[in-house]
Amino acid sequence: MEKDNNTAENEVVFTEFVVDDASYKTQLNKMYRNRKPYEPINPSHLKSFMPGNIPEVNVKEGDQVKEGDILLILEAMKMKNHILAPFDGTVTAINVKVGDKVAKNHILLEVKPEVIA
Amino acid sequence: MSIKHKTLDLKKRMQGALLGGGQKAIEKQQSMGKMTARERIVALLDPNSFHEYDLFVEHAARDFDMDKKHLPGDGVITGTGTISGFPVCIYAQDFTVAGGSLGIMHARKISKIMDHAMNLKIPIIGINDSGGARIQEGVNSLAGYGEIFYRNTLASGVIPQISVILGPCAGGAVYSPALTDFVFVVDKISKMFITGPEVIKSVLGEEISMEELGGARVHSEITGNAHFFAESEQECLQQIKKLVSFIPWNNSKKADAFPKKAPKSRQFKIDNIIPTDPREPYDVRDVIRSISDDSDFFEVQELFAANMVVGFGRINGDTVGFVANQPMVLAGVLDVDSSDKAARFIRFCNAFNIPLVTLVDLPGYLPGIDQEHAGVIRHGAKILYSYSEATVPKITIILRKAYGGGYIAMCSRHLRADFVFAWPTAEIAVMGPEGAANIIFRNEIKNAENPEQVRQEKVEEYKKKFANPYVAAAHGYIDAVIEPNETRRFVVHALEVSSQKSELRPKKKHGIPPF
Repeated sequence: MEKDNNTAENEVVFTEFVVDDASYKTQLNKMYRNRKPYEPINPSHLKSFMPGNIPEVNVKEGDQVKEGDILLILEAMKMKNHILAPFDGTVTAINVKVGDKVAKNHILLEVKPEVIA
Repeated sequence: MSIKHKTLDLKKRMQGALLGGGQKAIEKQQSMGKMTARERIVALLDPNSFHEYDLFVEHAARDFDMDKKHLPGDGVITGTGTISGFPVCIYAQDFTVAGGSLGIMHARKISKIMDHAMNLKIPIIGINDSGGARIQEGVNSLAGYGEIFYRNTLASGVIPQISVILGPCAGGAVYSPALTDFVFVVDKISKMFITGPEVIKSVLGEEISMEELGGARVHSEITGNAHFFAESEQECLQQIKKLVSFIPWNNSKKADAFPKKAPKSRQFKIDNIIPTDPREPYDVRDVIRSISDDSDFFEVQELFAANMVVGFGRINGDTVGFVANQPMVLAGVLDVDSSDKAARFIRFCNAFNIPLVTLVDLPGYLPGIDQEHAGVIRHGAKILYSYSEATVPKITIILRKAYGGGYIAMCSRHLRADFVFAWPTAEIAVMGPEGAANIIFRNEIKNAENPEQVRQEKVEEYKKKFANPYVAAAHGYIDAVIEPNETRRFVVHALEVSSQKSELRPKKKHGIPPF
């Protein structure tokens, strides 16, 4: 989208910036430079929807789980939130252990969906 | 007791109360580089104009041995005064008294001075410097906040409300400033957040300083919660005085007129500011300064969403609100933040009878997944809503590009601008020539022997035909194509002839803007 164009006027660096196929010389602001790249949603990654801690883990790697099973508990804002299996499948990775504190959007565990033959 | 004795007794009582939290606490406040609440009020208001009320209010807490404590004025100073003769109600939280914490009597004092402001129809200025709710008072202190928020909401759009953050302002306390019209912050002194660094550390294990979490710079550049950033308290108070000069006492009045002054035309030569190539940048604030009285422009939210410029100036002595795309930043595109910023400013101007002058030069909305997912549809709609809703005189000048949705959004004739002028450099089109040619002549370009050459030719063809103001002028969408150096003359005249403008709208409780 942009490439640096080392023209400096009063120490202001202008960059080429494309909108609708036309390229404009302009500055990029902090918010634009710091924007996060988009990540497609992976349904196998079960993430923490808010920061919290892990008081309980009910499964281990390789376990077969059924949709709706309580895999672990994420305690956040004084609530014990159940993290459920989204579908039938196998737990392929557990990235937390009891007592861990996790940030928002941390991948807690990964579940591989069961392939229906 | 004689009158003399009683007067002496009064003086003694006052002396005690005026010291607030006592000499030690005052020294501590000063050692943090902060003025005391009383010093701030005195520095902001005209000399000897401050009249204090409720000096002898006592706190009402009885639990946790609070009944044995004496909190002078319950940690807040309230009163009335003038700023350059302009009357205001004011309150300042006194950090030296129990950390400026808010108990029910503290809140009642604030509520009372806010009620005064509403009855007297004059602005309210709140100086915030408080540790938050007084925990010992429990739910009563929450009730106090609620009473203040309710009054902020009722006062919104009736009297100007100004918040000054000169210390911590945390938790529920932040919502009073958030509900007011303008928030002033000072570097390294102002701190605003809902949950502080300690809570974040205990929940997340993440460490962040107060400054990085909710300091003045964060709120001025990133969140957009603050409108004016200052390096020192003195500078901040000067900014407040300047703002007050531009706004009216209340929504039934116009801002006071000042003596007319010509722009500094030697410094800001309107003919030389904009490059004719629509892809070259320039500072749109120079265009504003080339038409405003004395080339004075008081920018609002200078550091936030700098791709949109908003602020106050005067034309022939009367306050106007300027809204302008800034080609120097992100090519002046509309995005989530810039739409939000402009919409709010437009609504302030409309509520307080300040005509709007809009300068247009933008390629459209900012493309990107992050923008779409951040709700650029809903936020972008705010600017359409605010311009359409506004019934103050609306004058639009199209400087260069006005493409697509951006053209409509920037106070076009279709959103009921009273006057739309265009410079000869204006390009009013459904989209930029490059994009349009690529779509309209897609097959011709694709099937050509030399596609790049054909593409260039088609872009040129489109430019010649549509990248000008005359197509829109032919439809009557713009009122006049004017030379840049005629801009001020046209704006002055447009404001003169629209001074009695009144527009009747269907009666309703309120609209439902896309918050």
